[in-house]
Amino acid sequence: MSDNQSPLYGVMAAFDSPDSLIFASKSVVKAGYCKFDTYTPFPVHGIEKAMNLKPSPLPWLVLCGGLFGASAGFGLQTWVSIKGYALVISGKPLFSYQAFVPVTFELMILFSAFAAVFGMFAINKLPQFYHPVFTQKCFESVTTDGFFLMIECADPQFDLAAVHQLLEKQGGFNIVDVRDEG
Amino acid sequence: MSKYSEHPAVARTVLVKGDTSYEAITEIVHRPAITKPPKWWHIGLSAGITGIALLFSMIGYLLFEGVGVWGLNNPVGWGYAIVNFVFWVGIGHAGTLISAILFLFRQNWRTSINRFAEAMTIFAVICALIFPGIHIGRVWAAHWLFPIPNQMAMWPNFRSPLLWDVFAVSTYFTVSLLFWFVGLVPDLATFRDRAKTKISKFVYGIFSLGWRGSSRHWLHYEKAYLLLAALATPLVLSVHSIVSFDFAVSQVPGWHTTIFPPYFVAGAIFSGFAMVVTLMVVARKLFGLESMITDRHLEIMNMIILATGTMVGYAYAMEFFVAWYSGNVVEQYAFVNRAFGPYWWAYWIMVSCNVISPQLFWFKKIRTTPWLMFVVTIFVNIGMWFERFVITVTSLSRDFLPSSWGYYSPTWVDVMTFVGSFGLFFTLLLLFMKFLPMIAISEIKAVLPHDHADHETNKGGSNE
Repeated sequence: MSDNQSPLYGVMAAFDSPDSLIFASKSVVKAGYCKFDTYTPFPVHGIEKAMNLKPSPLPWLVLCGGLFGASAGFGLQTWVSIKGYALVISGKPLFSYQAFVPVTFELMILFSAFAAVFGMFAINKLPQFYHPVFTQKCFESVTTDGFFLMIECADPQFDLAAVHQLLEKQGGFNIVDVRDEG
Repeated sequence: MSKYSEHPAVARTVLVKGDTSYEAITEIVHRPAITKPPKWWHIGLSAGITGIALLFSMIGYLLFEGVGVWGLNNPVGWGYAIVNFVFWVGIGHAGTLISAILFLFRQNWRTSINRFAEAMTIFAVICALIFPGIHIGRVWAAHWLFPIPNQMAMWPNFRSPLLWDVFAVSTYFTVSLLFWFVGLVPDLATFRDRAKTKISKFVYGIFSLGWRGSSRHWLHYEKAYLLLAALATPLVLSVHSIVSFDFAVSQVPGWHTTIFPPYFVAGAIFSGFAMVVTLMVVARKLFGLESMITDRHLEIMNMIILATGTMVGYAYAMEFFVAWYSGNVVEQYAFVNRAFGPYWWAYWIMVSCNVISPQLFWFKKIRTTPWLMFVVTIFVNIGMWFERFVITVTSLSRDFLPSSWGYYSPTWVDVMTFVGSFGLFFTLLLLFMKFLPMIAISEIKAVLPHDHADHETNKGGSNE
């Protein structure tokens, strides 16, 4: 257990398999908690339903990125070709839009990919090098074979004793109080 | 687990053999990072660094003396540099193909090899990018390739396929790097949590961005990965198409053909898969990864090599047919000259390596025996280099006017620069094998046949 001076962040329990974690998440949602999270070494499918998570808004971000990339790419080429540096090359018209397709396409992909990657990190608030869960030594197994569930005390109906009892009932073990030492 | 192994589809493709516990998988993949590298690794690394030194001294010599140190002449203004560029970019197609296209097709066997193939892609594209960079002659003006505002108010010509190539290859490199990095983040977190020293904990900690495996993060993470795969799929097909435009949009007989984009893409997949198999056969042996990169994985790869090799053979034949059918005398001469002209030897090396050797993979024994497939894929690698040599050099050396025909031979500087680029490639690859997870740990755990709750929505895990 960590330093009692630091404020409590939440109560964390370990589970032995993805299945038991999914069942526990269902009961935690059913008990009315919303400020909780589960931690797994790989994406567990079905847990997003059990945790009642909203679908990711990322596709919309990527759509915006792609539209931006394509229009910026096409716009740049058009401006350069008819205004910025208007040169007749091999007798082609200045606005030879057919020739602009490859670069427009590549920039659409490039900016969509930027939106997908940096959008995902932004939504997840990463990089975040400190988080209270990292204060727990046992949490190191989360990237190997550990499955954890933590109910945060920011939850409106958080009650230390009730949370302990709920996690224990769901088959959680190594139940610890996680303190924010940051 | 038993109910899964009885299922016929699963019995056909056991993706991981031996101990399949989460702990065991992490341990196997993490082992090279914490154990002292074996002797051959040091030998390989010193050879690789020697190669880099060779590469950079050749580049230095080129910059000091000028492109006259290369074998280029009139009419052959494109020689080794372009051949090597297309060769390396072609190899660099396997990684993203395996990662993106096979991901969209739910080919779960890819999880064992995608990380390695992606790394190989990035290193091959780095090698590729060097060649057009030094080929432009005045290297100090290389930034003119990009549309950067400048005091001369000068802009690139967006109607040129060479400019399209700049965008295609640099986009490909950037997106491949992002894709690779996104895939690495959870595995870097694994390395962070198991790090033995303070420095490695710090470095892996920085690059894993504080990943903590939160399910709320995995939700967006998987969506991002899926979107990247969907974006990279048309990208990988576009890149070698655009590389082929460098040739196809020109009017040189032998280059000016519409078959080039699909033919180049098939060739790129062919050469890339061959390089992956060549490297995998060695790497899995040396690092004891046979339980995760099984003979079955290599066999599937070899089947794809067989399929794409046959497509390439078809393209060679079709080029001849179209040249004959076009009724164009110059075009017809260009192809007769390819097979029977002064570069006949290069043409027949290409045909034997690319068309004949992959046909050996019809035999199960050859496509499942590591040393035999190693030999075949080495031939494919050689053949694909010669393909680019044949396309580039034979067409240019005898173009329109017989009075301006010539013969191209590389100089020692050409050859040593190419040899040096292998040094760069293998150095990066050896560093990757030592310090980074060679197999996608979190992905392979998700395809293990146990502990799944929700089988219908199991996007990465169902064995079909």
